Amino acid sequence: MSGTFLSRGFLGKRRQDAPPDRVPPGQYVTRDFPVLSAGPTPRTPLERWNFEINGLVRQPVCWSWAEFQLLPSQHYTVDIHCVTKWSKLDTQWEGVSLDTLLASVDADPNAHYVIAFCDGGYSTNMPLKEILDGKAFIGYRYNGAPLAPEHGGPARLVVPALYFWKSAKWVRGLTLIEKDNPGFWESLGYNNHGDPWKEERYYGDRTD
Amino acid sequence: METELIKDETIPRILEWQIATVIKVRLETQSVKTFILALPNWMPHQAGQHYDVRLTTPDGYQAQRSYSIASNPEQKGEIELTVERLEEGEVSTYLHDILIMGDQVELRGPIGGYFVWEACMGGPLLLVAGGSGIVPLMAMIRHWRAAGSNVPVRLLYSSRSQEDIIYRDELERLRKDGEGLEVFHTLTRTQPINWNGYGRRIDMQMLDQVARPLGSNLKAYICGPTALVEGVANGLVALGIHAEQIRTERFGPTGTT
Repeated sequence: MSGTFLSRGFLGKRRQDAPPDRVPPGQYVTRDFPVLSAGPTPRTPLERWNFEINGLVRQPVCWSWAEFQLLPSQHYTVDIHCVTKWSKLDTQWEGVSLDTLLASVDADPNAHYVIAFCDGGYSTNMPLKEILDGKAFIGYRYNGAPLAPEHGGPARLVVPALYFWKSAKWVRGLTLIEKDNPGFWESLGYNNHGDPWKEERYYGDRTD
Repeated sequence: METELIKDETIPRILEWQIATVIKVRLETQSVKTFILALPNWMPHQAGQHYDVRLTTPDGYQAQRSYSIASNPEQKGEIELTVERLEEGEVSTYLHDILIMGDQVELRGPIGGYFVWEACMGGPLLLVAGGSGIVPLMAMIRHWRAAGSNVPVRLLYSSRSQEDIIYRDELERLRKDGEGLEVFHTLTRTQPINWNGYGRRIDMQMLDQVARPLGSNLKAYICGPTALVEGVANGLVALGIHAEQIRTERFGPTGTT
């Protein structure tokens, strides 16, 4: 583990304005909103957009964009942490809680994990319990404006407690599953879980 | 748009930190240096992958950043990291201002399994770089050359000025070799007298001229600042290239969008 090696002559540029209890290990605070994605930005017209919850549910549910806008939304102020080392504090979002969405389906008690699926073919996995109880939302407004396509608009999943690759851009739905199944980056050397406070960046990283 | 990102099967491996030794430092441009590092636990990487560098102060504070590997995997036992010095950077300023030959630096990798090219993946290859976004693409070009691949490669490389072109002499040598690499430079701020390359930001016309001769089956790798990557990726889609043939990576200073 870390500890013994010291970098000769390194003093660090610790930011005075970043409270240490809000910046996970190995992260630095940025004021930008960097864009990272593996391919071109998909552009689905809103009239063709929908959001579906399927998999281990009695009956899949699907909302059109217009229907989605009628769901009760909330305002969120959250810190986000990208595995590429930047963190951004107090980001302002508006969106629909996953609790609201999942209340619309009758989930099988064997549903323990979810796969978020997206335009462009991206996917990411996480335990169902980690997106419940106010811990995740589908964000469609950022800083008071519609979410820009390069940041995942028209809507992205936001799960602030996990590294930001779990907050899938261009999200189009969730599939509830029984057994965990790695998504895109989780199959390409990144950590299956991705807790920034445990610095679970890559395959096999674990601090507990 | 119905597309599918292709997953490459990789064998997971736990990435341990290791202490590398600086065996050489090369000045590439006035703000870019290449660090050649000997690794005790070197393993072959895929061109396009990166390493994480971790710096530690005496009181235990640590800073980490990712840097693309510039060398090809045929160069065994060592890696080259090409790093742009960012004025506000915490790690890049240390690497540029403090780290010298013989020093040690902690790192782990190789990391990243999507923005990669191996000779067995074939081509033709369209590589588009902005600034220090050339680094992972240079690893691909070096691997292409070392592996004796015969797929056509076209590089479109946007720099601010002639002095800011990284690997300029090596690219010129590889181009003259006649093995199938074509290099197209564009200089966005200042162009020397008698400059015969492009002299503007990458636009659709330029992209069309460079990409079209490769046909519609090309594999595109784009790396640079967000605006360049977004523009080029969208432009290629508009030219009829399927999204799954286009792989992107952002590099250098973060965007402000």
